[in-house]
Amino acid sequence: MMQFMLLFSRQGKLRLQKWYEAHPDKLKKKITRELVALVLSRKPKMCSFLEWKDLKIVYKRYASLYFCCAIENDDNELLALEIIHRYVELLDKYFGSVCELDIIFNFEKAYFMLDELLLGGEVQETSKKNVLKAIAAQDLLQEEETPQGFFEDHGLG
Amino acid sequence: MSTIIRSLTTPTPKRLRDLIREIRSARTAADERAVVQKECAAIRDSFRDPDNTYRCRNVAKLLYIHMLGYPAHFGQLECLKIVASQKFTDKRIGYLGAMLLLDEKQEVHLLVTNSLKNDLGHQTQYIQSLALCTLGSICSTEMSRDLAGEIEKMIKSSNAYIKKKAILCAFCIIRKVPDLLEMFIPSTRTLLNEKNHGVLLTAVCLITEMCEKSPDALTHFRKVVPQLVRILKNLIMAGYSPEHDVSGVSDPFLQVKILRLLRRLGKNDTEASETMNDILAQVATNTDTSKNVGHAILYEIVLTIMGIKSEAGLRVLAVNILGRFLLNNDKNIRYVALNTLLKVVQADYNAVQRHRTTIVDCLKDPDVSIKKCKVTSNFISHSPTKRWHIDTVMKVLVTAGNYVRDDTVSITIQLAAEMKELHPYIVQQLFKNFKDHLDEQSLIQVSVWCIGEYGEHLLTGECGEDEPVQASEDEVVTELEKVLSNHNLNEITKEYAITALMKLSSRFRTSIGFSLLEQMPLIETSRSKNILHENSSENLLNGISEEGDVQKENKKNLQESQNILDILDVGSPTQPAEPPPKSGVNDLLDILGDVANVTSSTAPVSIPNTQPVPMGNDLMDLLGGSPINNQMNGGNGFPPMTAFNKNGLLVEFLIEKDISDPDVTSINIKATNSTQSPMSEFVFQAAVPKSFHLQLNPPSGNSVPPANSGSVTQLIKVKNPSKQTLRMRIKISYSHNGQTVTDMGEVNSFPATLWQ
Repeated sequence: MMQFMLLFSRQGKLRLQKWYEAHPDKLKKKITRELVALVLSRKPKMCSFLEWKDLKIVYKRYASLYFCCAIENDDNELLALEIIHRYVELLDKYFGSVCELDIIFNFEKAYFMLDELLLGGEVQETSKKNVLKAIAAQDLLQEEETPQGFFEDHGLG
Repeated sequence: MSTIIRSLTTPTPKRLRDLIREIRSARTAADERAVVQKECAAIRDSFRDPDNTYRCRNVAKLLYIHMLGYPAHFGQLECLKIVASQKFTDKRIGYLGAMLLLDEKQEVHLLVTNSLKNDLGHQTQYIQSLALCTLGSICSTEMSRDLAGEIEKMIKSSNAYIKKKAILCAFCIIRKVPDLLEMFIPSTRTLLNEKNHGVLLTAVCLITEMCEKSPDALTHFRKVVPQLVRILKNLIMAGYSPEHDVSGVSDPFLQVKILRLLRRLGKNDTEASETMNDILAQVATNTDTSKNVGHAILYEIVLTIMGIKSEAGLRVLAVNILGRFLLNNDKNIRYVALNTLLKVVQADYNAVQRHRTTIVDCLKDPDVSIKKCKVTSNFISHSPTKRWHIDTVMKVLVTAGNYVRDDTVSITIQLAAEMKELHPYIVQQLFKNFKDHLDEQSLIQVSVWCIGEYGEHLLTGECGEDEPVQASEDEVVTELEKVLSNHNLNEITKEYAITALMKLSSRFRTSIGFSLLEQMPLIETSRSKNILHENSSENLLNGISEEGDVQKENKKNLQESQNILDILDVGSPTQPAEPPPKSGVNDLLDILGDVANVTSSTAPVSIPNTQPVPMGNDLMDLLGGSPINNQMNGGNGFPPMTAFNKNGLLVEFLIEKDISDPDVTSINIKATNSTQSPMSEFVFQAAVPKSFHLQLNPPSGNSVPPANSGSVTQLIKVKNPSKQTLRMRIKISYSHNGQTVTDMGEVNSFPATLWQ
């Protein structure tokens, strides 16, 4: 089971954090700090896995963004890379060649997407089409209830 | 009407994207903090307002602020408020906030549980989905107990979208509260008949967890092995399905999960293992391995084959798969293979033995070699011949000597000692190899020990091999002395070398023994100083050290060097002579040992080091490399540069080219103080981009005298092999009138002609 997933920039700025195991806020921050530093210090030709405490860290860099997740010891790290890749593909389809800025400005959408792919740290849907369909339907619900009139200024903006 | 009036009287809260834009445009951390604090105050105010119109937007903004690391717990209750709203947007953001801001240690759970209970029964599937997702994310013990019944009902739903999510919620609940497992077993059994991949995948996941948690469940689910085999078979036989294929592999996520469950079910169970033998062989041979995804499946299948009571042939197949992994270009795959070999070597070392050459070959990757060493040391105990055994160990030490466990050295020495007939071969091979790998501590320790013990075999040059190695006594001693003078080696390694020299002094016949005895004290002190020295060079390589340690160490060195100058009656123009420290004159050799350190002061990379062996040369080197000398030489073709001028402290750079190396520029730093009180604890630090090598020599003192009555000087050498424009960042700290002053600056105005 995946324990958490972190997205951060090359400068070490956190872009998304999803925790599937409960931790106090302070500990989450400490773990994040530690791992960001650890991953950023790795050289490009090093492999994507590292052992960290009793977990395995799997990370991959896509353009300026690092996708980093922690899996348990008996999990398959090669498959974890596929899960990360699947998530990137989904974001890419949704935003249309996704870049870091998309994720910064639409962080809530990046979370929604992740929540349709994983639940409780496990993959729930292996069809990209189904994930995107569910997201599109929910976006539509949101649009329909947001008044679009001239004087109105609702929604998230 | 009232809302219209309100919207006219109170300003609309900032939009989410506008806030993000504003925060991103903040130039400093302080600016960002100010923006965030102002917005947080506004958000707090708006939360007090009973009007719900903008609550959702404000929570969303708070979530962004939370991600930046600012406190946002005051938004917890607001999340629950908007979760109770009728609008989908509100619920969507509210539950997202609940997942991010609440974890299972919060007291507000009862409120969340009520909202979840309501929404799990909602008629809109997407609202049900939000509730399921949130339950899976928070899933506290009480919540699990309160909602398990609802989840059990939802697992039976005919809607696959809800069903798969409910199954994973059950998975979370069981993880949290294993005794709720029983109630889910009946509804789980039929799930494997489903066609939907999401449902199948999550069901396999749930069953696996049940088997982990309860032996009864494990026995119960052994019955589904044939069913799982069928699903797997259908998967690999099915033609291309664009929905579930990943680079030509049919739903790898599902395949891997099934293989993992099979492993659990087949463990220690002959019957279940037999049922899955065929399909395992089929998957192992039919999976396309052109991409990572195929390897993910093969990796899982190897684990399953080795984890169950599989046939011998299948095990060989599994180990061969790992053998092929080792030849792969992708280092991730090699890493996984080595890791797995480590696990299976105990179980099946005969099969692993066949791949030993490949394993040793893939040592070259430093990232993987750590794993490698473990593997090797694990399976060399089953080695076919002594010769192969010692060869492998030597290869490991040559390639990854710094990564092996501490006890490897003693184990290897013991091993070598036991192989009496191989002593000539071992010592000759080690002597040949260690000279070229002066950075592998363990290799050197073993080599030096063997040379000390069996050094006489080097002189005869006979070992019954095709290419014997021969060396004279002089050569052997010279190599050992190199170990002693190498700054990158640690104390223990040098102790090994000294012991070896001692042994050889009685074993070698000629007069070398004599000269050795003379040199021993020299070497020993040089060693102890090197430890100080090693620390400082480490710090510098890591960039600017935060503490003044480096400077302190350097100063120590410099003081000692000046003592020599005193002794030898060489004037010291840079610093008023300080009283020599306790060591005094009585141990000339001792001090000369230190001289070697001063010359090659800090950065071993940039400037070629000299060996301290002949004493006369040392002194020459000292004069050649010291800041003192360079300043006396003068001859600089560049005008002095002001690098820093603030609060009465003026730091000037006197730049000159190094005559011996066109890539090297020497910069003499001169710090003067125009105030009326001294600046003590003066530390100057510099950093340059990675393409440069920087050597910071010890300063002439640490106190800048007042009223320009004196100066502190320090020499920096910058090597610029790629001939780029030099940029330098400097950090200055000192204590002035009892106050510590720290300042930083950048020096970019170096003469352009410097490296042309």
